[in-house]
Amino acid sequence: MTDPRSAGRRAPGESAGRLSRRDLFRLGLTAGSASLAAACGWDGGPHLGPKLHAVSLVNDWVGEKLFLSSSRLAPQYPVSQRTAPRDFPAYSISHPLPVLANPATWALEVKGLVAQPQRLTLEMIQALPRVRYTVKHHCVEGWTAIATWTGASLASVIALAQPTAAARYLRFDSFDHGYFNGWDWKSAMHPQTILAYAWNDRPLTPAHGAPLRLYAPIKLGYKLTKFLTAITFTAERPGGYWENIGYPWLAGV
Amino acid sequence: MTNTNGPDKPPAAPPPTEQSASAGVAPGTGRDAGAAGAGAAAGERSANAAGAAADANAIGAKEPATAGTKPATAGTETAAGTAASSAAAGTAAAAESAVAARTGRAETAAPAPSAPEAVAAAAPGKRPLVHRHHWLVRVTHWANAVLLAGMIASGLQIYNAFGHFGRRGGPFYPNPFDGKPFPHWSTLGGWLGAGLNWHFALAWPFILTGAAYLLYMAFSGEWRSLLFRPSDVPRAVQMQLYYLRLRKQHPPQGKHNALQKGAYTAIVLLAILSVLSGFAIYKPAQLSWLTALFGGYELARYWHFWAVFLFLAFTVVHVALVLLVDPASLRAMITGWYRGRFPSHD
Repeated sequence: MTDPRSAGRRAPGESAGRLSRRDLFRLGLTAGSASLAAACGWDGGPHLGPKLHAVSLVNDWVGEKLFLSSSRLAPQYPVSQRTAPRDFPAYSISHPLPVLANPATWALEVKGLVAQPQRLTLEMIQALPRVRYTVKHHCVEGWTAIATWTGASLASVIALAQPTAAARYLRFDSFDHGYFNGWDWKSAMHPQTILAYAWNDRPLTPAHGAPLRLYAPIKLGYKLTKFLTAITFTAERPGGYWENIGYPWLAGV
Repeated sequence: MTNTNGPDKPPAAPPPTEQSASAGVAPGTGRDAGAAGAGAAAGERSANAAGAAADANAIGAKEPATAGTKPATAGTETAAGTAASSAAAGTAAAAESAVAARTGRAETAAPAPSAPEAVAAAAPGKRPLVHRHHWLVRVTHWANAVLLAGMIASGLQIYNAFGHFGRRGGPFYPNPFDGKPFPHWSTLGGWLGAGLNWHFALAWPFILTGAAYLLYMAFSGEWRSLLFRPSDVPRAVQMQLYYLRLRKQHPPQGKHNALQKGAYTAIVLLAILSVLSGFAIYKPAQLSWLTALFGGYELARYWHFWAVFLFLAFTVVHVALVLLVDPASLRAMITGWYRGRFPSHD
């Protein structure tokens, strides 16, 4: 999380500008010789590693501006196509799974650059307009699984908080060993982006992020923060637990 | 000028690289200029080849050709190798290689269907030097070779994170590598995150060089000597018969034989399929129509994976055939200049 390669506090445009023509040339040159000389799992080293990450930020820009549509919906599947619950993997940073000591006192903080900060209990979130869909989950590792998710549209929570004009990003925090994610505005406002409280028509289990998790079929699994505690609106781009170590930041699918 | 039509040099002759370098700097060395030069050199040669043969040894052995005097030296050089045995034989060789040089440029010569066969059968001593590959083709060829190696190595790194094809819980599509990670030496990145970053950083230059190559092919007309068409099917059969030693004569061919056209057309299609299946698994929600064309995310990933082994198989056969059948083509892909068994450009 405190990795020096972190680009967490950088805007995409700014990062793209840091990549000079000479860097690109050097990147291509070294990429070639590296891969030809039996790559041996080289991550780019102290010099090229950050450049690779800079290219990744360019890809974030392309992914958000060119590929991501704010209205196009991810495909939905019949319930019969669901992956057997035991086959749906569940990851967490903490082991054993983080579980609330006193679920009754849990509430979601909505704060940062907003006109109306919120403290939402699970009942309040469940009273918001409900979204339910059966979609495919894409993990960065390459596996997929289908499940039904139910929750409140994130856009309705954003509407409650009334973010200021300066708010451009969202940061999602959890009670899983400091795990967090940063999101772009467009993905957050997508109609399939929800705060999920049910999985396969049953209340969320700890394995899948109880009591509340972020869910969307338009991003890789590691962007879908489990065990939510707070949503913070920011002007600067927040990083993320894995993103700061080197995973793509946008991770749109 | 560029078409020296030289025989194998005597031991003391300047090395081929030196010669090709001087040919390269000659003014107006483009394809058409080269064709014109071939005629000029050939004409001069028939006029003075016999006389030149007298002092051919000295010229062939010592003098590196300069751009200005090239047509003359080219003619005398042709005679030089054969002059060792007899001057008369040298004249005959010069005349024959002049024909070869002309037929090698079909657009400037009278159509002669059997000529390429004669060229193919030509002994090493009579091969013309022709310009074969535009710099853009050479640059994109080597760039793509390097980028593809990086794409494959980082792709194997990504595969190692989940070595199956199919949704969680299975069943998985048949895969001899199912559940087996690829060895460390074959991967690029060291861990999934770096593998992804390598893969997505190399993908754009890979696409751009491929697009540059295809645009050049389309607008230069070079696609004619590379695109496999229905009329190439019987020729491909003949070529295969030759390789199987069921046919003695090497079938007539232009720049490439029909099997090569098939391979070079297929590899371009494979590259296009790799890029498209790559986008299908990169953005399966935003490009869901593309992902559906490949049969869904899991199958798109499957085809993307198999493309790796088709690329590797192609590369092994490609390199083996270059070295075994036509080593001169390796030089052509580096310097652009070719002096080998198949000098025709069609």
